[in-house]
Amino acid sequence: MMSSEFFTTWFLPGIWVTIQVTVYAAALGAAIAFGIGLARTSRLWIVRFVAGVYFEVFRGMSALVLMFWMFFALPLFGWQLVPMWAGVSALGLTYGAYGSEIVRGSLAAVAPAQREAGVALNFTRWQRLRLIELPQAWPEMVPPFNNLLIELLKGTALVSVITVADMTFAGNLLRLGTNETTPVYSLLLVLYFVLAFLITRGMRVVERKAKAGIGQTPQKTGFITRKLSARGESVQAGSQSAGGMG
Amino acid sequence: MSWDWNVVEDFMPRFWDGVLVTLQALVIGTLIAFVLGLVWALAQRSSQAWVRWPVTAVTEFIRNTPLLVQLFFLFYVVPNFGPSMSPLTTGIVGLGLHYSTYTAEVYRAGIGGVPVGQWEAATALSLSKGRTWRAVILPQAIRRVVPPLGNYVVAMLKDSPMIATIGAFDMLGEAQAFSNETFTTEALTVVGVAFIVVAYPASLLIRALERRLVR
Amino acid sequence: MSADSTPSKETSNPAVDGSELIRFDNVTKRFGSNVVLDKLDFSVASGKHVTLIGPSGSGKTTILRLLMTLVKPDEGTIKVSGEYLSHEERNGKLVPAGEKHIREVRKNIGMVFQQFNLFPNMKVLRNITEAPVTVLGLSKDEADERARGLLEMVGLTEHIDKYPSQLSGGQQQRVAIARALAMRPQVLLLDEVTSALDPELVAGVLDVLRDIARTTDITMLCVTHEMNFARDISDQVLMFDSGRVIESGSPEKIFNDPEKDRTREFLSAVL
Repeated sequence: MMSSEFFTTWFLPGIWVTIQVTVYAAALGAAIAFGIGLARTSRLWIVRFVAGVYFEVFRGMSALVLMFWMFFALPLFGWQLVPMWAGVSALGLTYGAYGSEIVRGSLAAVAPAQREAGVALNFTRWQRLRLIELPQAWPEMVPPFNNLLIELLKGTALVSVITVADMTFAGNLLRLGTNETTPVYSLLLVLYFVLAFLITRGMRVVERKAKAGIGQTPQKTGFITRKLSARGESVQAGSQSAGGMG
Repeated sequence: MSWDWNVVEDFMPRFWDGVLVTLQALVIGTLIAFVLGLVWALAQRSSQAWVRWPVTAVTEFIRNTPLLVQLFFLFYVVPNFGPSMSPLTTGIVGLGLHYSTYTAEVYRAGIGGVPVGQWEAATALSLSKGRTWRAVILPQAIRRVVPPLGNYVVAMLKDSPMIATIGAFDMLGEAQAFSNETFTTEALTVVGVAFIVVAYPASLLIRALERRLVR
Repeated sequence: MSADSTPSKETSNPAVDGSELIRFDNVTKRFGSNVVLDKLDFSVASGKHVTLIGPSGSGKTTILRLLMTLVKPDEGTIKVSGEYLSHEERNGKLVPAGEKHIREVRKNIGMVFQQFNLFPNMKVLRNITEAPVTVLGLSKDEADERARGLLEMVGLTEHIDKYPSQLSGGQQQRVAIARALAMRPQVLLLDEVTSALDPELVAGVLDVLRDIARTTDITMLCVTHEMNFARDISDQVLMFDSGRVIESGSPEKIFNDPEKDRTREFLSAVL
């Protein structure tokens, strides 16, 4: 059975590294998600185009291959990344691309009539985005962001492959040292599940706050963790027509 | 750092070997995911709580834990009390099992999306249970189900390099081995580009399917 | 209204008057191959209340949406207070207007929508104060005071701290009216403002509007199916059909003694 010494020297710090990688990659991913997501709604075609290329490239990319590439190939271009930052970057860049689709879709789903009301009150485009469209799109973004965040948490296990000492890395070390595979990997799986559960609980609170902020009460959802939308990660852009002629 | 096409050329035969392994993993993994997912989805609709609950718990657990660790579990733990499988077989089983929990949700939503009135109409016509499923429910569910299933096949393709970590020689496994032997990195870049080249048309295809099938 | 109320034979658009605030010149608007407005000319004098009536699809709402710059004319020009709306003059040429010019002219115009379109993410008070603060640059206190006054006028003082989703349709529409008025527009556009309301809530909204029509000198352009209301508040009624004004005049004349068969048919169908 695993010694308590090993647990405290490798496993506990590993849990902390997993949390750190998740938080940093989520922060980078969120920045990219909003940056690229907003750019994809730009009026300028060149901005839309560049953001679209980013989206297609990083969505098509395998996170693990990208991570390997950043770890092994990028240094030869003169960019030596600390393993942890190679991992965080690869995760943030790919999951940010998925997130941009959530941002774009939720913004597109804000009723066009709301934009028109903003025009009628003479808001600028940026004021409309900041005061009307983003606050209304935000509650719609939270559940898909929750799913994405859990995918990201699961993705952080990949950093163990490029020698970042997260909890999966600790588990692999322990296997090499003791051959006690059953308790090690069982514990690992349970730990990830618990972290995913905590994230879902936290995001549930965020969702409730967000909905309350627009005067809605959220409906109760699934009992264990989360509901996936049947269309994978994409958000369906609702199209509500805004009345044309008299 | 300079780019050496000769290295790329040397790598290409092994690259194609890797592509073959990746495709093998993807195709069989997809089949497992599609079939097993349907089993999960039907079990979750069961009227028996003792069927519904364990299946829901297991699928939730698998879906919320990393595929990478599941692969380690299958490769290092399962042989302690069960069958010992080759890296590739383990990878295929792992991919199929992991993604079956996603496809189960797709089926669940697809079946749930068929209006209640359709079940009632089938009952009113006294269709048998099997007939109701085959003639009424599944044909309507299928068009809601195909595009998201396609998305998960692409997602599985992008997760397939993980099987290299347990020693399978897929595209990434080949590139890694080649890079280690030759102290070069071109192979990794080739594989990275290959993913984008395959994934982009695939996602275009799915979007086209989606437009045709939905609504 | 001094606009000519005797329509000429074929072109039949009303003549243009001197003290005009709004002027449409030869305006055409198409959606695809569907011509919604067909070389429309008409003008509205400052302070007048004009009601647009006619079958649905006849282009009434499009006029309001053009004035609000929610859609752009395909041909022709629109002037508000003597300024081009969707165009501006550069080097003596008329070119499509830039955002800055549009915003400057649009300052004079407010609109109330059929579906209220309150911002669900803001409480009642902030729905009204947000634009005066961010667009007009009022201080928070000034905007608050203005909003409270308007809420009193529409009879909703006690709901100041609620979200729109907590109000009835009629209450939401009264907030929307207050929100539009808080910008102190010269022109108020009313787009079928009671069509989305339950019948018992219509009267409250119309009372507020009658009040505004009586006590302010705001110019109103109103698309409505409430013929009694149109009769009460209008100085002039324009009858639309197929993108053209086929008849115009005082409410008494249009409702009691219309000249065109088409108008008579329409009125007998809705009254």
